[in-house]
Amino acid sequence: MRKIFTEARLALIGILILIWTLIPIYHLFVMSITPRVETFAGALWPSRPTLENYETVVEQGHYYLEHFWRQLWNSAFVAVMVCVITLAIAATATFAISRLKVRGGRLVSNMALATYLIPPAFLAIPMYKVMGIYGLLNTQWSLILTMVTFASPYAIWVLKQYADKLPYELDEAARIDGASPLQIFRLIYLPLMAPSLVAIGTYALLLAWNEYLYAFLLLSADKDITLAVALGHFLTTDDAPFNVLMATGAVYALPPAAVYYAFRRYMVSGLTAGAVKS
Amino acid sequence: MAPGRLSQEATWGLIFLVPYIVLFLGLVIYPVSYGLILGANPKSYVRLWTDPVFLRTIVNTVVFLGVAVNIKLFLALLLSGFFVHERRWIRWLSVVFILPWAIPSIPTILSFRWMLNAEWGMLNSLIFRLTLEDGPNWLLDRWSGLGMICVVHIWKYLPFWTLILLAGRLAIPKDLYESADVDGASGLQKFRYVTFPSLRNLYITCTLLSTIMSLGDFNSIYLLTGGGPADSTQTLATLGIRYAFGMSEIEVGVSTVVVALPVMLPLLVLMLRRMKKGEQP
Repeated sequence: MRKIFTEARLALIGILILIWTLIPIYHLFVMSITPRVETFAGALWPSRPTLENYETVVEQGHYYLEHFWRQLWNSAFVAVMVCVITLAIAATATFAISRLKVRGGRLVSNMALATYLIPPAFLAIPMYKVMGIYGLLNTQWSLILTMVTFASPYAIWVLKQYADKLPYELDEAARIDGASPLQIFRLIYLPLMAPSLVAIGTYALLLAWNEYLYAFLLLSADKDITLAVALGHFLTTDDAPFNVLMATGAVYALPPAAVYYAFRRYMVSGLTAGAVKS
Repeated sequence: MAPGRLSQEATWGLIFLVPYIVLFLGLVIYPVSYGLILGANPKSYVRLWTDPVFLRTIVNTVVFLGVAVNIKLFLALLLSGFFVHERRWIRWLSVVFILPWAIPSIPTILSFRWMLNAEWGMLNSLIFRLTLEDGPNWLLDRWSGLGMICVVHIWKYLPFWTLILLAGRLAIPKDLYESADVDGASGLQKFRYVTFPSLRNLYITCTLLSTIMSLGDFNSIYLLTGGGPADSTQTLATLGIRYAFGMSEIEVGVSTVVVALPVMLPLLVLMLRRMKKGEQP
């Protein structure tokens, strides 16, 4: 009896969690398959579900979507570049700090940790000014470098914790065999760190793909902006075509969700262990 | 180890460290210093203190942090107790539960925004159909707007903190619960005497970290209410942007951030100490 009661209670909580989680996602989906004439009906399910909004997106058939494919490409390009550069910078830095024990390494990792705790939104205005001074404003490199700046402190912190745990004897043995630091990095460090590199790469990729504030400040031409900014542009008018916006949003949300679920295994163990330690 | 070896290692160490140092100097130290210079004009602070929007924003920020962070973490603590149960369907549910955190916030926040629209939104249509009365103006009032901002923020970040606290719960040794069972402890007593003491430290760390991160939550406010109506739901994260880019008052914009430093820096130092302690167990 007691057991049935426990299971029933768990099931009830489970249903509540499911509803709470899915409400805005369900709403997004329903609006994206609602025909334009029913936009303002506020129905729980459209009387005539349609794919016309998705067609509009794919065919770039709306004023706001003139450069949809270009903007999708921009989002992908920025995300991949941020992923690659963050991995390169964080992997080399943690190798120097943790394995080569370079002098000043501790200071660098402490500064990186402090940077991780600065909310990116608080640095927006000076970052914008500095990008102007560097002459990078309105180029995608300003966004890429900014996102690398915000992704790499966390990357360094997580990677360093994993790197510290690798057995030091491996490096010693390789050194005795005459391996150079570069060989140790390539042949021992990178392969052993592969799982956490996957987690960090995914983290950087998603961080960059999802970024709105900096993308909208640093880029302005319709051909340069990422899809995130394009979505925000829909809000500039009151009669925004919300069904098309929701369809675009669904297309925009799909790739990161797929990436996340593909690498979930690495993400959960890699990032939750690194995010907070009691 | 031969001295030549050592210097070779030191050289390579420096080479490997240089990319990050360059990035750090050019895109952290330089903008931070630039920001401090921009924020050094006393006139900006006079302008802020005489702007009623600024004072309201301070109140909003405190309310947002106090309400959203605490409710979010308390719910995460409770939900981690749900997800700790070993059932196949709960494992599947956890895959769905992570969705808000895994997918970008822009489409989902815009979905909330449309759903909450007073005239056409799904929520008020439903309320009208059920009660024949018009629903509230969810986003067109300061306090309900702030409330909805909290809801959106909690919806987005609850899964992440639940995962963290779940990891904390899973790290509690099982025999503590077994001996509590032997002593005939009730579920509540087990929480009070086993779970809570083990999680307390993690819970405080999470609260600090989440406070700092939520202070920088721009999207939940900007994309849901845009800080409106009439700038009544701005927080410090969105107000600086409004001054700098909406009203071309760059220095005043930076000053709104500088105002937060006396609160933020101690939090930051506290957090750094805690995180570094965890680093070396």
